[in-house]
Amino acid sequence: MAELEFRNAINQAIDEEMSQDENIFLMGEEVAEYNGAYKVTKGLLDKYGSKRVIDTPISELGFAGIGVGASMNGLRPIVEFMTFNFALLATDQIMNNAAKIRYMTGGQISMPIVFRGPNASAGQLSATHSVAYDAMYAQFPGLKVIYTSEPDDAKGLLKSAIRDDDPVLFMESEQMYGLKGEVSEEEDYTIPIGKAKVKREGSDVTVIAHGKMFHVAKQAARQLAKDGVEVELIDPRTVKPLDMETIAKSIKKTNRCVVVDEQHPFSGFASEVGYLIHRDVFDWLDAPVVRVTLPDVPAPYSKKLLDEWLPSPDQVIDAVNTVTYRK
Amino acid sequence: MTASKKTKTNKEKKRTPGKANGSIDKERARDLYRMMLLIRNFENKSAELYTQEKIRGFLHLYNGEEAVAVGTIPHLSEEDNLVGTYREHAHALTRGISAGSIMAEMYGKQEGCSRGRGGSMHLFDKKTNFYGGNAIVGGGFPLAVGLALGDVMQGKDNITCCFFGEGAVAEGEFHESMNLASLWKLPLIFICENNLYAMGTALGRSEAVTDISRKLDSYNIKADWVDGMDVLAVDKAMTEAVKYVREFRKPYFLEARTYRFRAHSMFDAELYREKKEVEEWKKKDPLVLFYKRMKKQGLLTEKDKEKIAMEVDMIVKEAVEFAEQGTWEPVEDLTRFVYSEPEEGE
Ligand SMILES: Cc1ncc(C[n+]2csc(CCOP(=O)(O)OP(=O)(O)O)c2C)c(N)n1
Repeated sequence: MAELEFRNAINQAIDEEMSQDENIFLMGEEVAEYNGAYKVTKGLLDKYGSKRVIDTPISELGFAGIGVGASMNGLRPIVEFMTFNFALLATDQIMNNAAKIRYMTGGQISMPIVFRGPNASAGQLSATHSVAYDAMYAQFPGLKVIYTSEPDDAKGLLKSAIRDDDPVLFMESEQMYGLKGEVSEEEDYTIPIGKAKVKREGSDVTVIAHGKMFHVAKQAARQLAKDGVEVELIDPRTVKPLDMETIAKSIKKTNRCVVVDEQHPFSGFASEVGYLIHRDVFDWLDAPVVRVTLPDVPAPYSKKLLDEWLPSPDQVIDAVNTVTYRK
Repeated sequence: MTASKKTKTNKEKKRTPGKANGSIDKERARDLYRMMLLIRNFENKSAELYTQEKIRGFLHLYNGEEAVAVGTIPHLSEEDNLVGTYREHAHALTRGISAGSIMAEMYGKQEGCSRGRGGSMHLFDKKTNFYGGNAIVGGGFPLAVGLALGDVMQGKDNITCCFFGEGAVAEGEFHESMNLASLWKLPLIFICENNLYAMGTALGRSEAVTDISRKLDSYNIKADWVDGMDVLAVDKAMTEAVKYVREFRKPYFLEARTYRFRAHSMFDAELYREKKEVEEWKKKDPLVLFYKRMKKQGLLTEKDKEKIAMEVDMIVKEAVEFAEQGTWEPVEDLTRFVYSEPEEGE
């Protein structure tokens, strides 16, 4: 194991894959000469040259679609968005073309492409710059969605995403890029898409949290342990396809579940997981599933309101207390 | 709102540049210089407050580009509309939004022009028809076209003025908006603040045709460019632009060639440009240039300069005090204004 920053884990994944397959290229705003708006792609231009590490103008719809076209023609593009908030401009190409062309052409065309970049809020950036889009993309058949919380997952899953023959949305966070963690040094280390990880074992309650919210849930779990409540913390890592097997197994043990999610409540990740739990393990539940999400409100700038808006460890603790009937 | 805010707003209104008419006398010279200095000092103060973490989020400053906002915006009438970008403090100030309410917005206080919900990138003020504050590159173009369409459909003869950086012309929204503005003959002035870099990308690395005004040929929009470091040149160009649009009821495109003296935002090591280049441009500092010229013509004196500096310091100081004394919107209000609500008793 080696300790790496999140951004370096992503960089390594891209680097290792690019060195093994000439068909992979990287494209996006400020990815080359600037070394990435958040320095994730540092050094890649020097190593692979401007043919494979390409700066684009501020043309999200255009370069996302160009990635799709290149992918249909045998290349394996990695398209970086400065954030997924700006990828909104590119959604026609992602949702209409990347997601549907294989199906619509009766399987003639393969679509190996990765769209990656930071997702969700990153401090006081207000409404246009703070949205988590993982569930929105997961709505669309044909897309796979990954949103990891720790450097090791990021490296292993990004490598798998790049090798995957389907379009993958790979999500990061500006606020996690500096986060350090142990990363496997195993050669050609990959983590299969669609596998959750139990990151903390516990017998009292299952808490499901991914991306930045994993860390919020982890903090809550630490606090709860002091009160004698043992949380089993599951990081799904992949939003779609979702690993219900791991979740179900845990709930059969704990009989209680809280889902923590940095998305709006309506049609979000938490609502889907809540339904799937009902479908699969209803008989094992001792309490209704409780979710902790954003309110149905856009992100405010004011620190006071933003703190209220973002899911907090206290809210997770409250939710755990609710499902364990401790309050 | 509190009484103190009202008086402040009125006091500052008077300090915005007088009616523009393309000519210059002592009073206008003082007005233009005062406004540019206010922007410069307001921006410098904002940077300082950012390092103190009073202002958070992203902060994009306008240093070096002052002549563009100050040469153009005073030409608009009160009813005209304005659309800006995330680099819009100067436009808000020049439009007459009080420095206090802009600063309070950046503090996240409810006395801010967007109630503390938008921050630096999302300043709004309906009273002055200031429609943002738009943090999505290119997002303002169609809004501006729509505002202009709204005026025409309601039989109003206002102009809508849309500011944007040269990097934004790469977005599809630019092209869609130019086409429709022209096709539907809408009264718009597009002002491209060409400061040579979109973040770290020089125009030549992102555009096949770098003479931006040439692009407008294909939309049949009259386009011109102007030295954006020279406030009088901008003032003159804008006089023509406004005349054209008011007379012909068609869009007009003005590219102001300028430069940003500071980094793109507060996180930018500026490795994409030479220090020497920045120094060269600083020799064309719009404030220095203007003052020198006015002094030569006897329209501004050393004494005027000192007096204006004191006035401006006072405005900035009061703005900071206003923001400091501002209050937080109560958390119970978090859910307000997601949807329309019954009229307030205001
Ligand atoms: C749709 C979108 N893409 C990317 C960004 C990130 N971004 C913010 S400002 C900027 C550069 C814009 O440059 P330009 O239009 O020239 O204006 P300037 O900042 O120079 O005033 C970029 C890429 C964004 N805010 N919105």
